[in-house]
Amino acid sequence: MAMAIRVFLLLLIFLSSAIVSFSLYEDQVGLMDWHQRYIGKVKHAVFHTQKTGRKRVIVSTEENVVASLDLRLGEIFWRHVLGTKDAIDGVDIALGKYVITLSSEGTTLRAWNLPDGQMVWETSLHSAQHSKSLLSVPTNLKVDKDYPIIVFGGGYLHAVSAIDGEVLWKKDFTEEGFEIQRVLQPPGSSIIYVLGFLNSSEAVVYQIDSKSGEVVAQKSMVFPGGFSGEISSVSNDKVVVLDSTRSILVTIGFLDGDISFQKTQISDIVEDSGKAEILSPLLSNMLAVKVNKRTIFVRVGGEGKLEVVDSLSDEIAMSDSLPVADDQEAFASVHHEGSKIHLMVKLVNDLDTVLLRESIQMDQHRGRVHKVFINNYIRTDRTNGFRALIVMEDHSLLLLQQGAIVWSREEGLASVTDVTTVELPVAKDGVSVAKVEHTLLEWLKGHMLKLKGSLLLASPEEVVAIQELRLKSSGKNKLTRDHNGFRKLILALTRAGKLFALHTGDGRIVWSMLLNSPSKSEACERPNGINLYQWQVPHHHAMDKNPSVLVVGRCGSDSSAPGVLSFVDVYTGKELSSSDIGHSVVQVMPLPFTDSTEQRLHLIADTDGHVHLYPKTSEALSIFQREFQNVYWYTVGADDGIIRGHAMKSSCSGETADEYCFSTRELWTVVFPSESEKIISTLTRKPNEVVHTQAKVNTDQDLLYKYVSKNLLFVATVSPKGAGEIGSVTPEESSLVVYLIDTITGRILHRLSHQGCQGPVHAVFSENWVVYHYFNLRAHKYEVTVVEIYDQSRAENKNVWKLILGKHNLTAPITSYSRPEVLTKSQSYFFAQSVKTIAVTSTTKGITSKQLLIGTIGDQILALDKRFVDPRRTLNPSQAEKEEGIIPLTDSLPIIPQSYVTHSLKVEGLRGIVAAPTKLESTTHVFAYGVDLFYTRLAPSKTYDSLTDDFSYALLLITIVALVAAIYITWVLSEKKELSEKWR
Amino acid sequence: MTPIIRSNSVLAFFVFQICLIFFASTLPYSSGSEDSYSITGRVKIPPSNVIGHTAKFSNVKVILNGGKKITFLRPDGYFTFHKVPAGTHLIEVSAMGYFFSPVRVDVSARHRGKVQATLTETRRSLTELVLEPLREEQYYEIREPFNIMSIVKSPMGLMVGFMVVVVFLMPKLMENIDPEEMKQAQEEMRRQGVPSLTSLFPASR
Repeated sequence: MAMAIRVFLLLLIFLSSAIVSFSLYEDQVGLMDWHQRYIGKVKHAVFHTQKTGRKRVIVSTEENVVASLDLRLGEIFWRHVLGTKDAIDGVDIALGKYVITLSSEGTTLRAWNLPDGQMVWETSLHSAQHSKSLLSVPTNLKVDKDYPIIVFGGGYLHAVSAIDGEVLWKKDFTEEGFEIQRVLQPPGSSIIYVLGFLNSSEAVVYQIDSKSGEVVAQKSMVFPGGFSGEISSVSNDKVVVLDSTRSILVTIGFLDGDISFQKTQISDIVEDSGKAEILSPLLSNMLAVKVNKRTIFVRVGGEGKLEVVDSLSDEIAMSDSLPVADDQEAFASVHHEGSKIHLMVKLVNDLDTVLLRESIQMDQHRGRVHKVFINNYIRTDRTNGFRALIVMEDHSLLLLQQGAIVWSREEGLASVTDVTTVELPVAKDGVSVAKVEHTLLEWLKGHMLKLKGSLLLASPEEVVAIQELRLKSSGKNKLTRDHNGFRKLILALTRAGKLFALHTGDGRIVWSMLLNSPSKSEACERPNGINLYQWQVPHHHAMDKNPSVLVVGRCGSDSSAPGVLSFVDVYTGKELSSSDIGHSVVQVMPLPFTDSTEQRLHLIADTDGHVHLYPKTSEALSIFQREFQNVYWYTVGADDGIIRGHAMKSSCSGETADEYCFSTRELWTVVFPSESEKIISTLTRKPNEVVHTQAKVNTDQDLLYKYVSKNLLFVATVSPKGAGEIGSVTPEESSLVVYLIDTITGRILHRLSHQGCQGPVHAVFSENWVVYHYFNLRAHKYEVTVVEIYDQSRAENKNVWKLILGKHNLTAPITSYSRPEVLTKSQSYFFAQSVKTIAVTSTTKGITSKQLLIGTIGDQILALDKRFVDPRRTLNPSQAEKEEGIIPLTDSLPIIPQSYVTHSLKVEGLRGIVAAPTKLESTTHVFAYGVDLFYTRLAPSKTYDSLTDDFSYALLLITIVALVAAIYITWVLSEKKELSEKWR
Repeated sequence: MTPIIRSNSVLAFFVFQICLIFFASTLPYSSGSEDSYSITGRVKIPPSNVIGHTAKFSNVKVILNGGKKITFLRPDGYFTFHKVPAGTHLIEVSAMGYFFSPVRVDVSARHRGKVQATLTETRRSLTELVLEPLREEQYYEIREPFNIMSIVKSPMGLMVGFMVVVVFLMPKLMENIDPEEMKQAQEEMRRQGVPSLTSLFPASR
């Protein structure tokens, strides 16, 4: 018996020590995971519809994406995500087959093959200064079999061959203060007109020969008032500018090289004067000016005369003008009216001729129209039809055609700023869940198919049927809570201030909501979303209430801008209330206290050093005052290198009558010498993380106590020289120092210095360990270091007698005031890739072993067992250590392709990974966001507590039936035998 | 700049490439006070038969210094980083289905932008900046074809195997026992009453 137990235990140890890597069969793709591809808020759009075949639109976005979209369905044909500092300035199509993009402030010009997105050529352009950049692809300019592209950027004007990207000529415009505004090219001439301003007061026109780049003529004229910079080119020889006071429109004519100014007071043409603003669209012989929230269309006559032709009271969005038949140009304008938007296409010359008037019902939660791009097509009856691509305030992209939305893309999800997960409602008795489930026969059939599949006996058609069956597997998309907690809502807050609820089953949008400013004031029309917090999660009290989240927003990008709080019901997606809080938001601290309705108490720190308590109820105040002495917080000043600890002082009633406002006092400061250390990264543990046990048993039956404190702060500093990019410093000049600081007392518990290393540092902090990734300049490789911290003050509690006699200090309260005796262990490894972000899996009870989720530079996510980053790894682990699961030490961490959780997908532009526990201990939700979204479920130690999806119930049934039959047969046989024995 | 014969585009590209390499290695241009150079290299992916990913250059990114600059491949596999200061840099290649070693690239200021490259994983130095994958990456487990062993190894198979052993091998073992001992044992059993299978089903009596 003892032997059997031993064998069993050995087997168990063997099984558990086998390296479990998360891996997937190819036919399991899409069972638990989903992937959504986005591009971001569109900046420019160019239609390509002339030729027969695929109609497409080329777009460039604020996420630095250039993409080709299918105009019929809105799907992505191809897309490229450029580097984060490679913002796209312009996009166009050249030669009918290349997409040209200008990026990095006009210094990088690339050509992409239109059908498949392959890069054809890339040219780096000379630049000497920062300036705005212009890309112009003349359609009819031809120089010696070549089609030049005219690019201005960085003070230089370049002509680049469209065929191979060769620079044909370049012209230096780096004179003091010269800024090019427009490059115009009259049709049928090889002369290019370059108009610019010198010191914002002198208009200069260069005439440049497009063949050689030589200046043919140059004229300049001083305008005494000065220009404001905004410019609208109305025709080939005229532009209109505003003067520096924004009250005079100046028409600059440069016909045949002569410059002429013509001034028109805005107050002369419109009654209500005010600061004017030129709207950017390119309209021919027409100008759109915004004065006092009114949009005014001004026609520019032949002699530069200005005349108002139309004025609209509502705010509108306009497209550039587009040539339609018979030398006429049309443009589109969109304005709102109630819940509808009105799209109008008018002729530029004759505003009364409306070519198209459509009203489309629009979702309120898309906000206003930001941009319009139009394209025309010839209908079967030879008239013009129009399609309009519109970009909404929530960054979504819609194609309108024939009075309907043909397709829409939720591009707001490309800029997720914060994510949290919430539960779905419990299934009610009234809601029949059974409807979705199959009848018993169908269920059996399905399992028979699965059995065939697992025995690899299925025919190809059956394999397809199995795959289909699995993908729409019964309950995974239901909108109710499930037993395992696999179904949840992922709440994602986007930069546009929209909140999305995504279903974990298939990633569909359950509801979405655009944040509204509570005051509707002029200054704050639409707050930016910053963070999401769980506000109310009823599970003991207030069960009749729906859970809600707190969205913290801000009016404007400045950190001192006033904050906005919004409370959103999670089940319905309705805003419960919102308030202008009247103070800035620097830091939001969820407190570990809830009131009787399970609303969590939050503290919000402002720029003046005060903290404000929310919710503003007397009950919350009394709870808070009870714990007044125990509330501490800290601030990190990354610029001055100081970390400060604060405690509550008193109510700030002396200054204001607000009893929910408190002043604070400074408790401690940690000052890093600015000449040698610069803070580059700080990190704390997740406040809601669960640690299963504090004790850790070693191989030699030794006991270690993890130092599990929620008040630990990880700080990484580098020498100021090493704060730049890799390659800018020598190993001698740079060093990296990491600290573990107690945030209550400011005590530095551990300090570790890495000579010859530099950032960026990506770290993850969980339980009692920190893992961080940085660059080792000496080896010229990335390194990963793990630091584990143990509590030595409890190390004495090993003796059983002490425990029995009660002479232990296990029940003594843990306090930050007592000086902790800690023991740290650390180890470093090489890692073969750059890292964008690191996260860690989390489970309900914290029993399951953990995996690091490493977002690599290739936008994949690698799941790495925590056992690989264990400071107890040695070169030759003893037998006992091997049995415990300690892996022999290697100098670098393995990258096993099967353990990429994203398998053959990429999460382009990866920025963050979020892990949330399911109800099943073995499993965790993983959600990654960037330009793309990706979700999957992971089981770091395999699903030991449930049957896998692949489990064949049919096989089990067959076995049981076979066993029963065997029992029956043997029983009959044995009875016969007994009978014959009795006869004998 | 150079007269290019357009009738032969391949030749033209070669001329262009040679020009680029020439410029990169010998004539780095400088801008402002700080010298900056170009790094030109090539990514070579061997033709692959792996199902699921084809070697497409359009999906390959070349990354300098952990994301500071990103560039893409031209149809012939060449890439160039422009305006790189002298110093030691790191180039990574991101291509689905392949693992590339990061490359340490030293751009020398003294030798006017001379480029020296070393694979950091294998510590192999490269004479030319031609990057080849260290290995192919297979992201999926391969389903093993149906075989008897997998059934036998499964828990149910083990169960069945054990039963078979008990049913067929135990009697064989019994045979080897000395017949007298056997008789004794049988008698002993008879005295205690033999539990037969039928006795388990009292209803059948």
